[in-house]
Amino acid sequence: MTSKINTSAKNSFLLSLLFIFFLFLSNFTFANDGAEPEQEHNAVVSQGHDATAHEEDPNKPVDIAAVAFEHILDSHSWHLWGDHEEAVSIPLPVIIYSSVNGIKCFSSARFNHGHSPYEGYSLVDDEIVSANPDEKVYDFSITKNVAQLMLTALILFLLFTSIARAYKSTGVTSAPKGKQSFFEPLITFVRDDIAKTNIGRNSDKYVPYLLTVFFLILSNNVLGLIPIGANLTGNIAFTFVLSFITLIVTNVNANKHYWHHIFAPPAPKALYPILVPLEIVGIFTKPFALMIRLFANITAGHIIVISLVGLIFVFKTLWISPVAVGFALFIDVLECLVALLQAYIFTLLTALFIGSASADHNEDGVHNSEDEKATVKH
Amino acid sequence: MSSLFILGSLITPGIGLIFWTTVVFLLLLALLGKYAWKPILNAIKTREQNITNALASAESALNDMRELQSNNEKILAKAREERDALLKEARDAKESILAEAKTKATKETERILTSAREQINSEKNAAISDLKNQVAALSIEIAEKILRSDLSSDEKQKALVSNLMKDVNLN
Repeated sequence: MTSKINTSAKNSFLLSLLFIFFLFLSNFTFANDGAEPEQEHNAVVSQGHDATAHEEDPNKPVDIAAVAFEHILDSHSWHLWGDHEEAVSIPLPVIIYSSVNGIKCFSSARFNHGHSPYEGYSLVDDEIVSANPDEKVYDFSITKNVAQLMLTALILFLLFTSIARAYKSTGVTSAPKGKQSFFEPLITFVRDDIAKTNIGRNSDKYVPYLLTVFFLILSNNVLGLIPIGANLTGNIAFTFVLSFITLIVTNVNANKHYWHHIFAPPAPKALYPILVPLEIVGIFTKPFALMIRLFANITAGHIIVISLVGLIFVFKTLWISPVAVGFALFIDVLECLVALLQAYIFTLLTALFIGSASADHNEDGVHNSEDEKATVKH
Repeated sequence: MSSLFILGSLITPGIGLIFWTTVVFLLLLALLGKYAWKPILNAIKTREQNITNALASAESALNDMRELQSNNEKILAKAREERDALLKEARDAKESILAEAKTKATKETERILTSAREQINSEKNAAISDLKNQVAALSIEIAEKILRSDLSSDEKQKALVSNLMKDVNLN
């Protein structure tokens, strides 16, 4: 078990390194563009809906960083294909809570891709800002990520309720078939190899949570790999919520050994001023690492793919394309593995945290009388 | 749009997505937990238990069969023993009956023989006594006739007495 974690940690560390590397690379390419494009960009924003300002300059270098981040970041419309005026995208509903006007709902098509303001609100860098400087705007829009989240939730609900119906209609005496037989090994894998191995006796209670986390992350990882899909699992808000729920589940179900270990660690009392704050920080670092790991792995993968394809535009030659496409294909295949692996790791570590917080044994392996009682009960 | 700004928006969680993720995830967890995971996990568990039970019952059926087989063998052996005992008993009975019959027959024969002998003896005795009577009567008759004929003269009486005397001397 520990060797598995080590490899996954190594893997995520490697991908994080790549991520940072490519971040620098994209910074670098952007820096090469110099100050001029930035000014031009500002001009575009201020000119707003002037379409002629967007006319392509064939000599102007393609801003790979901007393209990459457009793919990674959230958006108020679901961009399918095409550029600028030929762009085909699905407008999504905008829901904002304003400190002045309360809740407002309208289509993101009203913004005309950020070119025109609507009712005093305008879209700047995909952020809704009010014309009134005193007005605070909270954006609860159904963005691309939210739309995909809802879509996957709907798909998962329909899929697994239909599987549940299959169990009901064919009964438990017949062998599973179709999607039932595809998902049953995954479900039993989560139940037996993730939950039971790491949590132990009371694992059944947490299996629904682990299954939901696993399949939600997996489906969004896979959808994120599709070019028009949203990068939901590579969004820190999504990973934040999931790891926050893990934090709550872990600490709510923690037993007294866990708290004893934090507030009265088995160490000389003189070290408590150092150890206790460290242990308290430790409560939060574990889910925090969970949040960063998923976010960084998925985002890194996307940046690598886009950067590799972007090489063609940076070098401005078609001859580089076999190399770029070859590498991109390799990374894409790797990403398929990462999609599964990260869903597995997130679920596994969640189970591990819950298990270590509610386990009968102390983490330090020192047996006490209560441990003995617990082992006798087994 | 500076890349620092992009990096900032990359690692700053947006309130909208946090809100929607929380809502959608908790809703999904509740709905899937109730309508999908519970029936699926229960079904899988039930099937696993069924399989375990079926294996156990197959094992016990095998054991039962083995037991039955050994029982059958025992019963068969017992039956064989019983048959042998019965045969032996029958043989013994036959022999005893035969022996009894033999002794009875012997006794009967002896009894019949004895009674026959007795009868013969009594018949013989009767016949003898009858014969004796008849001989006595005859001899008396003869003696009377002789006496009547021979005592008619003195000579004849004398001859007779001498004859009788000869006989007495002979005795």
